Parts: sequence; C-alpha cells; structure tokens
Amino acid sequence: MPEQTSRTGFFTHDERHRIGFPWSKSFDFAVQNLRNRFTRSLITMSSLILAVAFLAFILVNLNIATGLVQFGGTEFASILSEMGFDVDTALGTVTTGPKERWIVLLSLLVCTVGIINAQLMSVTERFRIIGIFKCLGALDSIILRLFLIEAAIIGVIGAAIGAAAGIAFAFINGLFNFGVAALILVSLFDVFISFLLATATGFALSIIGVLYPAILAARMEPVKALNAQH
Amino acid sequence: MEEKQIIVRVEGVKKTFKMGKQHVHALRGVNLEIYTGEYLSIMGSSGSGKTTLFNMIGGLDKPTEGKVFIDEVDISQLDAYELAWLRNRKIGYIFQTFNIIPTLTALENVTLPMTFAGMHHEAATEKGLELLDLVGLGTRHQHKPLELSGGQQQRVAIARALANDPAIILADEPTGNLDQRTGEEAIELLRTLCRERGVTIITATHDYKMLNVSDRVVWVKDGRVEKVEKRDELSISLGTIGEKER
Ligand SMILES: Nc1ncnc2c1ncn2[C@@H]1O[C@H](COP(=O)(O)OP(=O)(O)OP(=O)(O)O)[C@@H](O)[C@H]1O
Ligand SMILES: [Mg+2]
Repeated sequence: MPEQTSRTGFFTHDERHRIGFPWSKSFDFAVQNLRNRFTRSLITMSSLILAVAFLAFILVNLNIATGLVQFGGTEFASILSEMGFDVDTALGTVTTGPKERWIVLLSLLVCTVGIINAQLMSVTERFRIIGIFKCLGALDSIILRLFLIEAAIIGVIGAAIGAAAGIAFAFINGLFNFGVAALILVSLFDVFISFLLATATGFALSIIGVLYPAILAARMEPVKALNAQH
Repeated sequence: MEEKQIIVRVEGVKKTFKMGKQHVHALRGVNLEIYTGEYLSIMGSSGSGKTTLFNMIGGLDKPTEGKVFIDEVDISQLDAYELAWLRNRKIGYIFQTFNIIPTLTALENVTLPMTFAGMHHEAATEKGLELLDLVGLGTRHQHKPLELSGGQQQRVAIARALANDPAIILADEPTGNLDQRTGEEAIELLRTLCRERGVTIITATHDYKMLNVSDRVVWVKDGRVEKVEKRDELSISLGTIGEKER
C-alpha cells in the first residue's frame, strides 16, 4: 500500500494510481464506435443535417434577398414583398415576415427535438457497454468524454454537410426565382457568416442533445447500467 | 499456522430490490470474512443471492443495509477515484454473463482495463497477448466476441479479469459455459493464481466439482449464509449431498 493520505486511507492520488484514458485513445474509440454503428450514426446525423440545411437555407435566402434589395433596385423589392419578406427599402434590410418566422421557429424546434431524441437513443442503447466500462474502472468523466467526442464529430460533420446543402439549395432557389442577379448581388461574406452560424447551431444542438443522457449514464451505478433495459 | 489476514469483510449486508410494490429480498443479512490468499467458493441454488453478493463485494452496487470492508476500509466511504481504482486494480471480475464489449476485439477487451490504469499501448498489447495465450486464445486475439464461442468468450473475460494483476478475483460461475475440460483448465488457472501469486479467489458456483479445489465453501440459501465449511470438513457433507441427490 502506498502512503495513506486520502480520506479513507485507501490509496493516494499519486501518479501510479491515477485512472485515466488518454485523449488519443478516447478519440480512436469514439471514431471506432461511429464506424461500428455506421447506420445508426447516419440516422443520428441525418436529423442534424436536415435541421442545419433548413436553417442555412433560410439564412442564405435572406442574404440573397438583402443583396437584391441593396443592389438590384426597386423591382426586386416589390417581388420580395409579394413573396412574404419584410422589405425596408430605406435601410436596405430584409427580414422574414412574421408568419414565415413562426414557421421557421417551429421547424427548428421540431428538428431540435429530433436531434435530442437521436442522441438520447444513441446513449441509452449503450447503457450496457457503459456499465462494463464502469465495472472495469472507468471514471464518470471518461464516459462523458467519449460521448462528447462522438457528438462533436457527428456535430461538425453533420452540421457542415447540412450547411453546405442548405446554401446550395438556397442558391438554386435564388437562381430559379430571380435569375443570375441573385448570385451576383449576394454578399459572399454574409453567406459565409450564415454558414458559420448554421454550423455552430448544429454543433451546439448535437452536444446539447447528448449531454443530458450521457451525464445520466455516466453517473449510474455500474450494475444498474449493466442491467438497464432500453 | 500464520495469522490469517482479512481482505474482505461483509457485515450485515442486506439488499432489497423494489419492483413496483413488490420487494425482493435478495440478501437478508450476510456476514462473512474472507482471508487474503484463500480460494473461497460460494455455493447456492439459483436465485439464492450469489451474484447480488458479488456485486456488493465488488463495489458495483450498494447494499440497502450493512457494510462491505476491503482491506478494512468501508467501501461506501470511497470517493469516485478510489472506487474506480478498486474496480480497476484491486478486483478482477469474471461475470456470469461475460460482459465483454461486442464491438471490441478479444485483445482490445483484455487491454481496456490496462488502458484505464494508464499502461502504455505496447506494454498493454504485450500483456494482453500473454494473458490470451494463458487462457488458450492466443491465435484468436483479433476476433470480435460474436466470432467466438460462449466458452471462448468466457475465457476472454477471464483474461480481462487478470489484466491489472488484481488482489481479488470475483468469479461468478466462471465455468458455467465451459465444457468439462476447459472448465477444469479454468479452475486450474484460478487455483494456480491463488497458490502462486497469493490472489484471493472468490467464486460462485453450483458445480460440486469446483468444491474440492476450494479452501472454504460458503453455502448461501435464500439470501443468508447457511454454513461455512473448511475443505477438510467438506468431504463429509459432500457425501451426504451425494446421497440426497441419488
Ligand atoms: N436487479 C434486480 N431487480 C430485482 N430483483 C433482482 C435483481 N437482481 C437480482 N434480483 C433477485 O434477487 C435474487 C437473487 O438473485 P441473484 O442473481 O443474486 O441469484 P444467484 O444466486 O446469482 O442465482 P444464479 O445462480 O441463477 O445466478 C433473485 O430472486 C432475483 O430475482
Ligand atoms: Mg448469479
């Protein structure tokens, strides 16, 4: 027994007795998990892709509309107003109409619930493995970290794909409705900001979705996790 | 004879499972002292509470009442780090249901506890291969559990339990899924660890064959310790059991 300094005198927190799981190993393990459960990961990711694509589409639509109003002249302003945008020609700003805003908000809410649900499933269906990990001496933080890395990977990839798809779709939509002007007049910087915004939102949703079930799972008594039904 | 050191002490442990309105009394007050380096068998029929007792001793579940001491330390007082250390280094578990991770290979399953213990990758791999060799699975180390038979999975679980050279091995029916020969080999392995390295072996069974290797046998019935017998007292009661069965 090493020198006894801990509360119970059971062992010391010195280097030799530290329990850990290196970051590189955690990362490998998370990637391996994603690969092993590829279809499952795709399902988790697809709800994220859809939500982010939708958000990016809405944002970039606004970017395009703003570009048209600012540089395209009044004819576009009236078309946009007809399409339900709130156009302020004096300021050159465009916002979605209240009805559209409401629809967007609702859709995002539905998507958020979908993402959280998918992440919840991905944790609960692995209660048993979490139990085994804990029986073998994994700390709560190790388990939490594994799930967070996984969620982060899904979050980054899913959100980036979703944002790119949403932007592409918004461009096609703009081209179809307003012609080439839509693509010429839009500020690419604004589009980039929209891309970042949508990606960040998706990433955050993925992490938030996994956080609660992962904390719950990490804190479970090992035997409870082992025997948990899902 | 030298004085025996107590490594595990179970004091008035009760465990009640609540299933809706129904209460299942899995353990009804167990007192038990286990000595360092002994080979202890826990005998009892199905549902007598062996696995539940193991979970209490191993710090995998909390007793409803009573205390478990390991090295004279009340394990309910341990913080998260200490508990993890206990599970990781002090105790090796062989579960009745194997509990090996299906997505990892045999080797990865065996090296997992070593990784938690901070062992380097190469060292862990080397030791993992050694342990798999020891249980006769050296050539199958790249296989996933689903590609292994039940008995082979059990042996992966045995190898994993030895990963961090634990002082105590808790083996819940380690031979339940093994045939006669591999079963005897597994027992022989545990026996050797006990004799040569002084590892304390605690094993649950309803297999009478496992009794003659035990230093002591604890008979559990309906959540209570019915009697504890030393090996030399054993032959007598085994004779009577043999007659009863006939
Ligand atoms: N999680 C649980 N919830 C409710 N009841 C449980 C739970 N675990 C065990 N029990 C009950 O506790 C009693 C003892 O179970 P335990 O698993 O300890 O028996 P055992 O001696 O290991 O049996 P076996 O030899 O079949 O493995 C049984 O009646 C069982 O139904
Ligand atoms: Mg059992």
